[in-house]
Amino acid sequence: MVTPLHAGLRGAAMALLCAGLLAPIAIVVIVSFSGDGYLRFPPESFSLRWYMRFLGDPRWRAALGNSLAIAAMASLLSTLLGFLAAYALVRGGLRAKRAIVSLLLMPLIVPHVITAIAVYFLSARYGLIGIKPWIAVTHSVVALPVVLVILQSALQTVDPNLERAAMVCGCTRWGVFRRVVLPLALPGAVSGALFSFLTSFDELMISLFLAGVRSETLPVRIWNSLLLEVEPTIAAVSSVLIAATVLALLADWLLRRLRAAR
Amino acid sequence: MPLGRLGALLLLAPSFALLALVFLGPILWFLWASLGELGSLAEILDEIGAVLGARAVLGAIANTNWIALIVTLLVLLIGYPVAFALARARGAAFTLILVCIVLPYFTSIIVRTYAWMVLLGRNGLINQGLAALGLPPADLLYNRAGVIIGMTYVLLPYMVLTLYAAMKAVDPRLMQAAEGMGATRLQVFLKVFLPLTLHGVAAGALIVFILGIGFFITPALMGGPRDITIAMLIEREIELTQNWPVAAMMTLVLLGVTLVLYAVYARFAEQARGAW
Amino acid sequence: MAPEGLARPPREDTSKAGAVALEGVTKRYGAETVVEGVTVAIAPGEFFTLLGPSGSGKTTTLSMIAGFVLPEAGRIRLNGRDVTATPPRLRGLGMVFQNYAIFPHLDVFENVAFPLRVRRTPKAAVTERVAAALAMVKLTGFERRYGRQLSGGQQQRVALARAIVAHPPVVLMDEPLGALDKNLRYHMQVEIKEIQRRLGMTVVYVTHDQEEALTMSDRIAIMDRGRIAQLGPPREVYERPDSAFVGRFLGEANLIPVEARDGALMTRGGAMVTAAAPPPPGGAGFVFVRPERVALRPAEAGGGANLLPGRVRHVSFLGNVVRYAVETAEAEPLLCDAANAPGARLFAPGEAVLLSWRPEDGRLLPQ
Repeated sequence: MVTPLHAGLRGAAMALLCAGLLAPIAIVVIVSFSGDGYLRFPPESFSLRWYMRFLGDPRWRAALGNSLAIAAMASLLSTLLGFLAAYALVRGGLRAKRAIVSLLLMPLIVPHVITAIAVYFLSARYGLIGIKPWIAVTHSVVALPVVLVILQSALQTVDPNLERAAMVCGCTRWGVFRRVVLPLALPGAVSGALFSFLTSFDELMISLFLAGVRSETLPVRIWNSLLLEVEPTIAAVSSVLIAATVLALLADWLLRRLRAAR
Repeated sequence: MPLGRLGALLLLAPSFALLALVFLGPILWFLWASLGELGSLAEILDEIGAVLGARAVLGAIANTNWIALIVTLLVLLIGYPVAFALARARGAAFTLILVCIVLPYFTSIIVRTYAWMVLLGRNGLINQGLAALGLPPADLLYNRAGVIIGMTYVLLPYMVLTLYAAMKAVDPRLMQAAEGMGATRLQVFLKVFLPLTLHGVAAGALIVFILGIGFFITPALMGGPRDITIAMLIEREIELTQNWPVAAMMTLVLLGVTLVLYAVYARFAEQARGAW
Repeated sequence: MAPEGLARPPREDTSKAGAVALEGVTKRYGAETVVEGVTVAIAPGEFFTLLGPSGSGKTTTLSMIAGFVLPEAGRIRLNGRDVTATPPRLRGLGMVFQNYAIFPHLDVFENVAFPLRVRRTPKAAVTERVAAALAMVKLTGFERRYGRQLSGGQQQRVALARAIVAHPPVVLMDEPLGALDKNLRYHMQVEIKEIQRRLGMTVVYVTHDQEEALTMSDRIAIMDRGRIAQLGPPREVYERPDSAFVGRFLGEANLIPVEARDGALMTRGGAMVTAAAPPPPGGAGFVFVRPERVALRPAEAGGGANLLPGRVRHVSFLGNVVRYAVETAEAEPLLCDAANAPGARLFAPGEAVLLSWRPEDGRLLPQ
């Protein structure tokens, strides 16, 4: 039987573990608010100067803008494609389904560096370096699997009899999609859009090769800065990225709560 | 079925097109073109032998495998109890542990790596703590230790989520039955629970290893001159010397190993039935 | 009193409105033939049931009438028109599914209005017809509720209202009452019959529950492994089955193996049997008698046809009936159902008894 001591030890161990898992991220956020000129923990003073540095620097601002624009485009493309693909996989009755899913998930398995240099090979030849829409397209390839997993799961909860009922009631295939499938899978689609946005926003490898000078993204800028020196402005930028993650997770969680309440 | 096979293929076409245009196509073309520069198949194979025989490359291959192996073991050691706790937790505890796994998982890898650089640096938190305790500073950054710590942190969620799915699939009544037959809790764990989660362990270990051998960012930022991985070598060939043929050869090897392991993983994943 | 709009559907030009015809319909999945050569002609306004165990092909047949599944061979006609290749939305059907299939993101009103909205029916007509349909299923006042706020029975009624709101001449029902408890099921059966009669629509009903089929149908088609084993009105298929399968499926049955010997039919135990039918080909078969047609009396001497001596093995009290399982010289115990009437003679286990039945209640079935 579980003694109170046993339970207490287990609880303590878990608390320690959780602290350990979150500590690195928490520390970055804390450091970003430090008033010191160097990395010191705990900080001796607090200030927002690193955020000011970040937002005051035109290059950092440009990087933020680039990241947002590219992520928005990538999210749109991958969510659209992923929705169609997920629907085809769930309803299509394809025998090669497992093979197709494995194929579509490959960009997550193949080392990013390989994908990055292969795309660079192609892009350098056709002068596509630094073209934001193209970067968004390349990000979509690694964001698509994320959308696929989320939407496959979401679409599987849609009862196929609902679609049949709609067909008998006179809906065309598009009508079934518009009136039944889309409304019911919408939360999944939004979730997919959020996480594909995040995937693109955080993406480094492909961006390193394709960004060029004019389309430097936030992660690329961090990388370049880190190779020079590890300074607190990076902490502020990282905190912005962390905030994006937290927002996305929060939004997804809220969505789930809303859906459960309906 | 509301959707015929033709309709399904039509809906999949755009995704296939994207994959072909931006992923498969470029990789195949890059390999074909770069290796083709070298001449006939025999010449290519000769070159591959020479390149892979080079000390730097062999060293990188050894590093890569060694690091990935150690990281896999560490991730397993830490991840199993965490997944276990997650599988048994309810309510607030469950949410807390889940957040602790999922938040890092979705945080940019560069942020996570940077965080560890802050922690492990000469004047980082760990060393400050050690100094406060009167201990000598530990050399944890820009060396093997740093790489392993960083990669373990990044790859932990994959193992935990895979194991969680496998653990959740274990029927609790089986363990109740074992207890009813007189087994102690340790015996129940060792003889019933653990064996039933082994396929999850295999799947998780495979995926962590597969991802680990392809790592670039973490070893590049946190490693020292003796911690070059294959991915770093490949990147170096392109960025510094634009040596496409050599990069292509190393890519071929890395890709081949990755795909073979992925095929093995796919078989295990069928049994594990868990999506991370 | 039903509102005017729903009392009788407007008579179509073709006199065959509501007729369903299947001609040699066959469906194969790979090497497996799931439905084989099904041919039926369903009259307008008929309540037609496809009855059978799971795997008998009844749901697949219904799916083909609906248009979700394409047959490999055969034709399907609705109102005289060949619809074999027509998509479901153009077949003008109503359908009720086993799990109700209520749209969770729409309220009851919008669910029922769905077929009308899709056909761009003007708003005023929609309101009127939905109100009428809801009144018919006794759900007036539930318009703003959502599916998850309704019980199973209520959801089923919404599904029914949605199926009939557009006045389809033919309505398909796929085991709609399967998930309801017995009491509710009976009441829904009555309601469905009532609605069907009032609207004069044809219903093609699928079920595995023989009691339900017997209660509701004008005609029943019993399906066995993809084929129709027998087709006819309830009373006919119940009292005069053509095969052991049909006999056993529609209720409890005694099947006594007999052989033709010395010009008479003899059971294995040596008793003589007469039945109102010619001797079976090959000289062997079964005598089929319903337990309620078997009479039980205390053992006595004497012989004759259709008399079997035995011993009561088990007595079951089934509410309205007392069921006796009687051991005889035959291989299996025979069942006898006696009405639980006041003053009826009750037998105890172990008692020696004599089973008997009238020749016309026995039916000869082939092997």
